[in-house]
Amino acid sequence: MSTVNVDVKLGVNKFFVDEGNPHIELVENPDLAEFAKLEKACPAGLYKRDEAGNIHFDCAGCLECGTCRILCGKTILKKWEYPQGTMGVEYRFG
Amino acid sequence: MSEDKFDVIIVGAGLAGCTSACLLAQAGLETLVIERGNFPGAKNMTGGRLYAHSIERIFPNFAEEAPVERCIVHEKISFIDDTKSATLDFASPESDDPANRSYSVLRSRFDQWLAGKAEEAGASIVPGIRVDDLIVRDGKVCGVVAGGEEMEADVVILADGVNSILGEKLGMVSKVTPHHCAVGVKEVIQLSKQQINDRFGCSDKEGAAWLFAGMPSAGYMGGGFIYTNEDSISLGVVFGLHNMAEVGKTVPQMLEDFKNHPTVKPLVEGGKTVEYSGHVVPEGGLSMLPKLVGDGVLIAGDAAGLCLNVGYTVRGMDLAIASGEAAAKAVIAAKEAGDYSEKGLASYKAELDNSFVMKDLNLYKNLPGFLDNPRMFNDYPEMVTGIMSDLFTINGPSVPLRKKVMPHLKKVGFLNLIKDGLKGAKAI
Repeated sequence: MSTVNVDVKLGVNKFFVDEGNPHIELVENPDLAEFAKLEKACPAGLYKRDEAGNIHFDCAGCLECGTCRILCGKTILKKWEYPQGTMGVEYRFG
Repeated sequence: MSEDKFDVIIVGAGLAGCTSACLLAQAGLETLVIERGNFPGAKNMTGGRLYAHSIERIFPNFAEEAPVERCIVHEKISFIDDTKSATLDFASPESDDPANRSYSVLRSRFDQWLAGKAEEAGASIVPGIRVDDLIVRDGKVCGVVAGGEEMEADVVILADGVNSILGEKLGMVSKVTPHHCAVGVKEVIQLSKQQINDRFGCSDKEGAAWLFAGMPSAGYMGGGFIYTNEDSISLGVVFGLHNMAEVGKTVPQMLEDFKNHPTVKPLVEGGKTVEYSGHVVPEGGLSMLPKLVGDGVLIAGDAAGLCLNVGYTVRGMDLAIASGEAAAKAVIAAKEAGDYSEKGLASYKAELDNSFVMKDLNLYKNLPGFLDNPRMFNDYPEMVTGIMSDLFTINGPSVPLRKKVMPHLKKVGFLNLIKDGLKGAKAI
């Protein structure tokens, strides 16, 4: 079985990234058990942990599905909004 | 009263919002639809299939002009484990009655068409603007706040999708819980029309819908799907969020593994992925229904959790359209009576109760609980593929059929089979 590369998949999508104005922000010290759920759940694979155990998140590439909001809510998220109008993912097929 | 006050403001130009807008504008109401995407459909995605009955009632023979992909004439349901699959295959020519048909659709195209119908009827559709808040005075919703500006209306229809942040702010929608929904991921994979026809046994304009239980969702509640579009296929996996702590792989990996399954791989061979999308699917049925009506406000479509996964049919869009229609009727009645209070808008609920929407949600109210059983997605798929494997494998002397089947039934357990059989019969 091949390991999925989500970034390659996201690469075919059309995005308008709202630089410097993230629509999702994480809390200071996210609960790591909850974070682990999002590492598996996020369709865009935006919740990452490196080999040293440090967590990483960047909302560019977000598909705006709300899975993180529903699954882990305030244990992980300080802010979850939809991107400003016109910004974010734009589906050409949907 | 402000002179640019609207009769109705609708948040979200999806199927519920645009259906409502069209009917309201037809009735002469001043209707504004606000959509955060750059165009209607820009933020929307579906697994792929629209049951036509509810939209057919509003736009008879809609498929002749709407950008539908293919009429579904081929149904397949597979139980699959890591390497094998057993499939039930049902083919039936396109029904003479358009209301009996179903179509694969791609929302980015389809929603633009529906929004166009609403505009033709006289509704104003403003894309590219996010509604940030609602104007509420004395408990009554009086309009919306968007881009720092206030816009007033007698009624606001929230058709803002499964994450109805506005509905939550009003306290009408309780925050969606992991037990009530699933995450869906999908690739649109481009193939030629002929490749699709050949691989799925279809003619031009006719297509297949294929659901897979077992391996795609790693043995947990969920499944895989393929819908054939005109010159692409929609291939995806849905996974119940409440099992996220237990499952051993990521959701994107589930999709990748499903795509590489020996049964699926030849179907997508040579295809080019042109889009990757994700969405939350409300699957709680009746148990996640919000307060549908308030003073000056109605909630429709995914925002109201109107979705129905029965295992062999997965529906949401036909419910969204019907709820949009019901909301429009209620607002028209409220305008005639000059009463936009919760009481004045109450016919929305009555309209839904009398329609297939609530009847079906009631009919299947025990089903989400029944389906949320790992045997459905692990033991049974393995049982079926195991029986089939023994049935079709010849290597030396054969044994009687019952001896081939028994060990597989025993593995699941006879009591489990009886229990699930009885419960299943009751749930559907």
